[in-house]
Amino acid sequence: MLDAGPCPGNGVFIPLPDAPRLALPLDGVKVSAGFPSPAADYEDKRLDINDYLIRNPVSTFFFPVEGDSMEGAEIFAGDILVVDKSIPPQHGHIVVAFVNGERLVKRLHHRHGRVALLAENPKYAALEISEAMELIIWGVVVGKFKRLAP
Amino acid sequence: MPVFALVDCNNFYASCEKLFDPTLTHKPVVVLSNNDGCVVARSAEVKALGIPMGVPWFKIQDLARQHGIVAFSSNYGLYADMSNRVVEVLGQFTPDLEVYSIDESFLDLSGFDPAGLEAYGQVIRQRVADWLGLAVCVGIAPTKTLAKLANHCAKKNLAGRTGVCDFTTLDPEALTGLLDSIPVNEVWGVGSKLTRRLAAMGIHSVRQLRDADAETIHQRISVVSERTVRELRGMSCLDLEAMAPDRQQIMCSRSFGRYVYRLKELEESVAAYIGRAAEKLRGQDSLAGALMVHIRTNPFSESEPQYQKAMTVALPEATADTRVLVGWGLRLLRRIYRPGYAYQKAGVMLSELRPSALQQASLFSGQEDAGRAARLMAAMDSLNHRYGRGTLRVAAEGVSTRWRMKRERLSPGYTTDWAGLPVVLAR
Repeated sequence: MLDAGPCPGNGVFIPLPDAPRLALPLDGVKVSAGFPSPAADYEDKRLDINDYLIRNPVSTFFFPVEGDSMEGAEIFAGDILVVDKSIPPQHGHIVVAFVNGERLVKRLHHRHGRVALLAENPKYAALEISEAMELIIWGVVVGKFKRLAP
Repeated sequence: MPVFALVDCNNFYASCEKLFDPTLTHKPVVVLSNNDGCVVARSAEVKALGIPMGVPWFKIQDLARQHGIVAFSSNYGLYADMSNRVVEVLGQFTPDLEVYSIDESFLDLSGFDPAGLEAYGQVIRQRVADWLGLAVCVGIAPTKTLAKLANHCAKKNLAGRTGVCDFTTLDPEALTGLLDSIPVNEVWGVGSKLTRRLAAMGIHSVRQLRDADAETIHQRISVVSERTVRELRGMSCLDLEAMAPDRQQIMCSRSFGRYVYRLKELEESVAAYIGRAAEKLRGQDSLAGALMVHIRTNPFSESEPQYQKAMTVALPEATADTRVLVGWGLRLLRRIYRPGYAYQKAGVMLSELRPSALQQASLFSGQEDAGRAARLMAAMDSLNHRYGRGTLRVAAEGVSTRWRMKRERLSPGYTTDWAGLPVVLAR
């Protein structure tokens, strides 16, 4: 029989001293007084999307995209670009560049004395960079992300 | 021999603004103080126009129009983030580093190959430029005071134009000549008052101060200035302060963007300042034993009736709980508030700080409550850190923000706010 203590409302349930012990959830983690979980040896850190997208956090910056000229490179309007400024820009890299007072995302072409910023959409012509123009390659695009749910 | 490097960002605030805005390349840019009052940072183009530091913005309106000067309100969030990034990069070059200000750090380079110091300075400079797009100058010397001067030389191109100046490899005669050409007020810790006193003693240049009799300086000025003399001679007296010492007082006071008359609005501002101060307090793991609240009218507006009052309360129990502090703060404010005045500024100060580990429980405190309060405050700080300042605040701070600082020329939080990220055009 159970020994009932003082009972407000539906009553408090006090188990017998020799009742079998149950594992109780504590802070969302199941703890047990018995044998250790066989999975304990296999515990890993939960995946962090920062580790996947960002190699060098100190030099990494984010830039949202407007426009469709880079769709061939799978960069769409509304994507947020991950830009690592520590990577030396090279021919073929997708880069964020400052030209003529604008912030652009383009593919960098730098071969045989020709410097140009290429689009990845046939609707857009290449932007040839002449000697007289000032080009700042701000950083190299290493990834992108976008949140779909609000 | 100890070796110190002072790394200093060039035109730091203005450079941060230029970094993310392609329309500002080669444009003169200034950054203004709180409430868009005075020029606190100038780009190289503005310096070239001869516009001095600290000049009120309204006084240079004509020049600004004429030269197309672009002005920004201080974007402290942006500058703090970029500053932290610079420090992180510098930390890759030495484990011993002192963050001296938002744009200056001392690095201890003792034990590094003396012949390679200048080249090392160049690597540091290049790394910060490549990774963060910010220009820095590096001054290298056997003492912190000299490192500051070496940095001054690097910045003003007084000894080469490479952005790095290494006093340790400079020929002694060349160094003497250089110090002879620099006015004494460029020395670290020599302000305008001290400059006048030194001038009265016939000391005008850095070299004259270096070669002055240390004992005389000690007697006629101070022991601190005597130490400066020794540091100028290459005897290191000041070590790195590796960790910023915990503050003994935490202040938060600001001018309003406009005059405030009603108690309700003062209450909101005082509660918000206490919120900020308490967050700093918890950030250094301290409790406050006393709280002061201060309000005042504009002392420069002579036509308006003047009033100012401060009041301090010794707290019955030291705390870092925003709710408790706001409760006391509002009680103080209601005691000192007088209707009918145009208030221009309010401030709060937390003092008698002590480490939270040393807390003495008062007779009436419940230990359980203290634990709960600490957890609640930690949760509040972490949410505010994650989602932006003011996400979670006590109700007394209110939701209207009319009293807030005037920052009409604020650039976006390019690196600190999802809504402020710089858009790139794909076209």
